[in-house]
Amino acid sequence: MLLGEDQITEDGEFIINIGPQHPSTHGVLHLKVWLDGETVKKCEPHLGYIHRSIEKMCESLSYRQYIFSTSRMDYLSAHMNNQACALAVEAGLQVEVPERAKVIRTLFSELTRLASHALWWGCMGLDLGAVSPFFYAFREREMINDIMEESCGARLTQNFIVPGGLMADVHPNFVAKTKELVKIFRKNIHEYDELLSGNIIFQNRTKNVGLLSKADAISLGTSGPVARASGVSCDVRKHYPYDAYDRVDFKEIIDEGGDCWARYAVRIEEMHQSFHIIDQLIDTIPEGEFVGKTKAVIKLPKGEFYSKVETARGELGVLLVSDGGSTPYRVKFRSPNFSNLSALGQMVKGGKIGDLVAVMSTLDLVIPDVDR
Amino acid sequence: MSREDLQSAVAEAVTAAFNSSGDAVITFEEGGQFLNGCIDSKMLLPLMKELRTRTNLDFDYLFCLTCVDYKTHFTMFYHMRSLTHRHEIVIKAKIEDIEHPAIDSVSGIWLTADFHEREVFDLFGVKFFGHPDLRRIFLDDNWPGFPLRKNYEDANMIEL
Repeated sequence: MLLGEDQITEDGEFIINIGPQHPSTHGVLHLKVWLDGETVKKCEPHLGYIHRSIEKMCESLSYRQYIFSTSRMDYLSAHMNNQACALAVEAGLQVEVPERAKVIRTLFSELTRLASHALWWGCMGLDLGAVSPFFYAFREREMINDIMEESCGARLTQNFIVPGGLMADVHPNFVAKTKELVKIFRKNIHEYDELLSGNIIFQNRTKNVGLLSKADAISLGTSGPVARASGVSCDVRKHYPYDAYDRVDFKEIIDEGGDCWARYAVRIEEMHQSFHIIDQLIDTIPEGEFVGKTKAVIKLPKGEFYSKVETARGELGVLLVSDGGSTPYRVKFRSPNFSNLSALGQMVKGGKIGDLVAVMSTLDLVIPDVDR
Repeated sequence: MSREDLQSAVAEAVTAAFNSSGDAVITFEEGGQFLNGCIDSKMLLPLMKELRTRTNLDFDYLFCLTCVDYKTHFTMFYHMRSLTHRHEIVIKAKIEDIEHPAIDSVSGIWLTADFHEREVFDLFGVKFFGHPDLRRIFLDDNWPGFPLRKNYEDANMIEL
């Protein structure tokens, strides 16, 4: 047999494997790609390289403990993952969350979103061959991580939320530092546009690449910036407000383009909206308690409890099935990346192999969240 | 649409799908965050088609699909939302056969069900009739057993 003969199908299509160890997949994603010359005929993701069965583990953890295992799913939106879990428990307990906790949670969510989008922006440049954006993005991201570290003690996996509120009060420097960050980030974000958005090579690589129609986006269950770039109005913050999102004014960014450029533009515009949300809340953090009263051992009534939040990648749903005990009977995480990834095959079909990397970048995948 | 209106609209869809009194097919649970409709697994596909295609219901977004092992039976959970009307529903389909659980696939109605059903097949061993490509999604093809079942045992498992 000739070298690689088994990789050629009867139709003359060439099968290659991308990953699991490949720099542009941002983790251990394995793609099997059928090629006709340079044209992608079919793309099939193979998952499970980092499957830890978090759902099974959660079945033996208490309602306080299980929140923290979810920081390891979408580690760039760790705070929002914790928030979704806490909201599900709070829905079951019917506990009142203090206003102060609600506002601080929302502020941290938006800071996390900024950090996540900044990292995505840097990696997007890196994937398409521009190295400098990465360093620019990390400049601001580092400041956000410092704010997190001061208040939560951790830079990435914050674990700052407990059922009923927050684990601790924020650091005294929090307000001043956050204001400073927004000021600097706002001043610097024009550099993002100059480096990538206005770059003609970058535009040629992204415009009309990886098209996803609105009907497909809905049917494939995509959410977050991926769906909004295809014209689907699906922002959980807007349609099903939680914590303090009902009292802030912000725009849901929707683009009808459906291509990589639209997904890029939606995320950039979302960063501006995050500044706007932080501006409205940072001066009016209510005084008072930061955690509501809950029992030491939490037991949820029998039934199912579902909560959803908008992470940096889309809609994260947590389904808790309780049998009345102190541990969940079953936990299901509806992770945004899992559904978004299922759209990849549709998006790259008929395109060129070189565009596959651009499409994957704009999906902004975090593989531990896919595999769970 | 209020919850009562939604319930009667769904009951109407059930009657249309089965040409009989809706009460025999679907029962609605009291309380809960969503409108919960419980059905038998055999009724799933015609009902789902009706829920998807009726213009006053139009459940076009299947956002969560999962399974729960209740030891005596399995229950499939389908969380659906209509992006035009902004209402939500949960359909719970009961699978009585715990030895060889199987149910119709809804991947012909919502493309997202493809991956989610493969996940349920992988971790619960529920078979989906009419699924285009039913393979394990996370675990190795020859992995013994189905980890999310309540009777799953692994020699290396650590009791917490």
